[in-house]
Amino acid sequence: MANHHTSSNRLWILGLIPLAFAAYFFLQLEGVASGQFLQFSIPWVPDLNVNFSIYIDGLSLLMSLLVLGIGGLILIYASGYMAGNAKIGRFFFILIFFMIAMLGVVVSDNIFLLFIFWELTSISSFLLIGFSHESEKSQKSAQQALIVTGLGGLALMAGLIMLGYIGGSWELSELLAQGQFLDGHPAFPAVITLIFLGAFTKSAQFPFHFWLPNAMAAPTPVSAYLHSATMVKAGVYLLARLYPIFGGSDTWFFTLVIIGGITGMLGGWLAWQQKDLKRIMAYTTISALGILVFLLGVGQKIGTEAAVLFLFVHSLYKGALFMIAGSVDHETGTRDVTILGGLRGKMPLTMVAVTLATLSMAGVPPLVGFVGKEVIYEATVENVDYRVWLTAVAFVMNFFNVAAAAAILYMPFIRSQPADTQLELDHTHEAPWTMWIGPLSLGILATLSFFFVGSELFSGQLIQGATEAVYGKPAEIKLYALPPALTIVPILSIFTIVGGIIFFAVQGRLIKAARAADAAVSRFGPESGYFAGFDGLLAGAASITLFVQNGKLRRYVLYVVVSFILFVGLPLFLNFGALSWRLSPPPLLYELIVSAVIILATLMVTFARSRLAAVAALGVVGYGIAILFLYFNAPDLAMTQFSVETFTVILFVLVLYRLPAFKAITSPAGRLRDVIIAVLAGGFMAMLVLLVTAVPQSQHVIDYYAQSSYPLAKGQNVVNVILVDFRGFDTLVEISVLGVAAVGVYALIRRGVIRGLSRGERGES
Amino acid sequence: MNRSLILMTATRYLVPIILMLSVFILLRGHNEPGGGFVGGLLAASAFALYVFAFGIKEAQRLLGVHPLALIGSGLFISLGSALIAPIFFGEPLMTGKWIDTFELPGIGKLGTPLFFDIGVMLVVVGVTLLIVFALAGEDEQLGGGS
Repeated sequence: MANHHTSSNRLWILGLIPLAFAAYFFLQLEGVASGQFLQFSIPWVPDLNVNFSIYIDGLSLLMSLLVLGIGGLILIYASGYMAGNAKIGRFFFILIFFMIAMLGVVVSDNIFLLFIFWELTSISSFLLIGFSHESEKSQKSAQQALIVTGLGGLALMAGLIMLGYIGGSWELSELLAQGQFLDGHPAFPAVITLIFLGAFTKSAQFPFHFWLPNAMAAPTPVSAYLHSATMVKAGVYLLARLYPIFGGSDTWFFTLVIIGGITGMLGGWLAWQQKDLKRIMAYTTISALGILVFLLGVGQKIGTEAAVLFLFVHSLYKGALFMIAGSVDHETGTRDVTILGGLRGKMPLTMVAVTLATLSMAGVPPLVGFVGKEVIYEATVENVDYRVWLTAVAFVMNFFNVAAAAAILYMPFIRSQPADTQLELDHTHEAPWTMWIGPLSLGILATLSFFFVGSELFSGQLIQGATEAVYGKPAEIKLYALPPALTIVPILSIFTIVGGIIFFAVQGRLIKAARAADAAVSRFGPESGYFAGFDGLLAGAASITLFVQNGKLRRYVLYVVVSFILFVGLPLFLNFGALSWRLSPPPLLYELIVSAVIILATLMVTFARSRLAAVAALGVVGYGIAILFLYFNAPDLAMTQFSVETFTVILFVLVLYRLPAFKAITSPAGRLRDVIIAVLAGGFMAMLVLLVTAVPQSQHVIDYYAQSSYPLAKGQNVVNVILVDFRGFDTLVEISVLGVAAVGVYALIRRGVIRGLSRGERGES
Repeated sequence: MNRSLILMTATRYLVPIILMLSVFILLRGHNEPGGGFVGGLLAASAFALYVFAFGIKEAQRLLGVHPLALIGSGLFISLGSALIAPIFFGEPLMTGKWIDTFELPGIGKLGTPLFFDIGVMLVVVGVTLLIVFALAGEDEQLGGGS
């Protein structure tokens, strides 16, 4: 373990790499903001329009900075948080894998490239949520996240492909340049619905929000990075990206405002009731994602501006808060806010960080969160048609965020520890530097952003560049740290903060009733629907499997034969009903004799009273067929048939004495059914043979093989040459299948899966 | 165990003969009826006969390797012979390559199809004996997989 400690303590160096890339991107800010977008493209699969093309405008740049900047801090944080974990190498690998995929999502120009990276983020998210793969909870949560986002991903792919077809291009930059080309197109509702599905599942919008709280099963650095700051923003990014195409339509406005509003309020409502620090943050993240979708729905210059600014603000404070939750867990062993307390003196640096982050979350100056909230209210107030409704929804969402922020700051940190808990916190101390530097940096950044919010760099380049990319038109952005005039907006802000704090003060009295109400409603909630659907799927699959594969060989043979009759015999009969039953040339006497023997032996099989008799009669059938092969000049076939028949007898001898005696297991009705099926199958088979012989054989194929066998393949036995040379690839695949089948048989018999065949118990072998 | 003296004595003489016959069938397959598949069945039946005469442990000792190894090496040889043309000559998979300069007495020309057929034979022997040994039980001695 000591080795793990030393090696993991050096892993923080990895965090410097994304930070260096973030610095490089930061240097591009001025150029990108002035319209010099970064762009390059290399053909990947040109025939399928898949190109590795990158396009970085203001929005992509802002997202990239968040992905790389927060990613670097997370890697440093993870080196402390995961120290001593035996799987830390794997953890860093998947985390960096995700980072690259996420960066790919936000810089991709090609639609297919975007989709590939999009799916890669889902896969890495799956691996990270299921990182503690021994725990059943982790497994289920990972599976749930993958299924929800994976289904959404499929919808997204369909939507993007339709978009590409209609727009006539597979590069986003070219599609965006065409503006609202889809308006009035008959496929508009389908395309927008599919894209919404992709974005809503990824960004945990109602009714798909339930996977996100469950994703908290992941180690905390993952929650901080994927499930708050970056991956869940991919859906928001996509909506923002496509704003120039869809924005402004009624469908866009109402869907996003309603879904985003519900998500934002629901997340806020559920957040304050939670006990687990991480779950509080998970629900406030859902709420924040709802706000972002809501703002994109409100749209126009001010709506997109508010969305871009809040995206930035939220990533900063939520990334910090998740890391702090992990630090608290790491140092105290619990995340339960009801028993925590008094950490302000024990973890002073974390205390500074959590203060800055929660103040930003609550929208209190001097933190950039205040500006973010001001602009949100400006956006809703500026909407002429629905001013009151939109403002009310925004107020509720912000209000719950204040209450949650107060809970996060007050309960574990400011108040003294409740006296009646068992939790021992006397020896708790500050987290290692790797774990406080990230949250503290983000907190300081949120403060600096407030003081320089009106600067050319911040509002003129970072926010304006991203807003113009979303809005699709030039937009002059001027942000103020403090409101220049006392309008309705700062008054709303004050009301939000005061109201949130009052609500937090009285929430203890409401919490029981609220939890009871939620429990009652959640039975009809979307997650119950997910589980019901999932269970139904499994039950359906199980019943089909039991019907089709019930372990009885008779049943399998029945299915095969009946399928043959239905899907081969019947169409043949319907299409070639007027078949000539005359044989040409007429059969010779010895052929008739052998045929009679075969028929008699077949009848004997069906009437046999013991297995041995049945096997012997079957052997007669086989040898009879082999003799027929001989008559028809097929010595190779005959030889093989003789060998196979002989071997079958050997195998039967080995098996027979282990089988129970013959019993009457079929009812008379069942026997009648078997007779009908057997006669039908035999009749259709005979018809098939007649058909094949009635069609004149293609002489040139025969001639080709006969003539080329020696010159091309140096063999005179045409049959064998076909097997090993002309059609050798078939043989190669056949022997592979044979080998696989034999291993299967071997495993079944040896492991005692087929009970009665294995001698005694060999389970441990 | 009660073993038939007649069967045991006959088997001692028959097994080498059947095995030689199987190789003969394999080699003549290119020009006359025969080939790897039939040859493999014949060889496997020789060992099956040995199982009946002397019991499974003796038969496994005679074979010397686990049947799974035969399947694996057979597939390997067949695939290898199929890959010779693309790897060394840049021609399509499974193109037959022959050594034209000399003929081995009794075998004829050497070429990749011959090795392909040998691979087929090994797979067939392995598959049938794997099943025979598994059905006859008592394969713990050579149970390499357990």
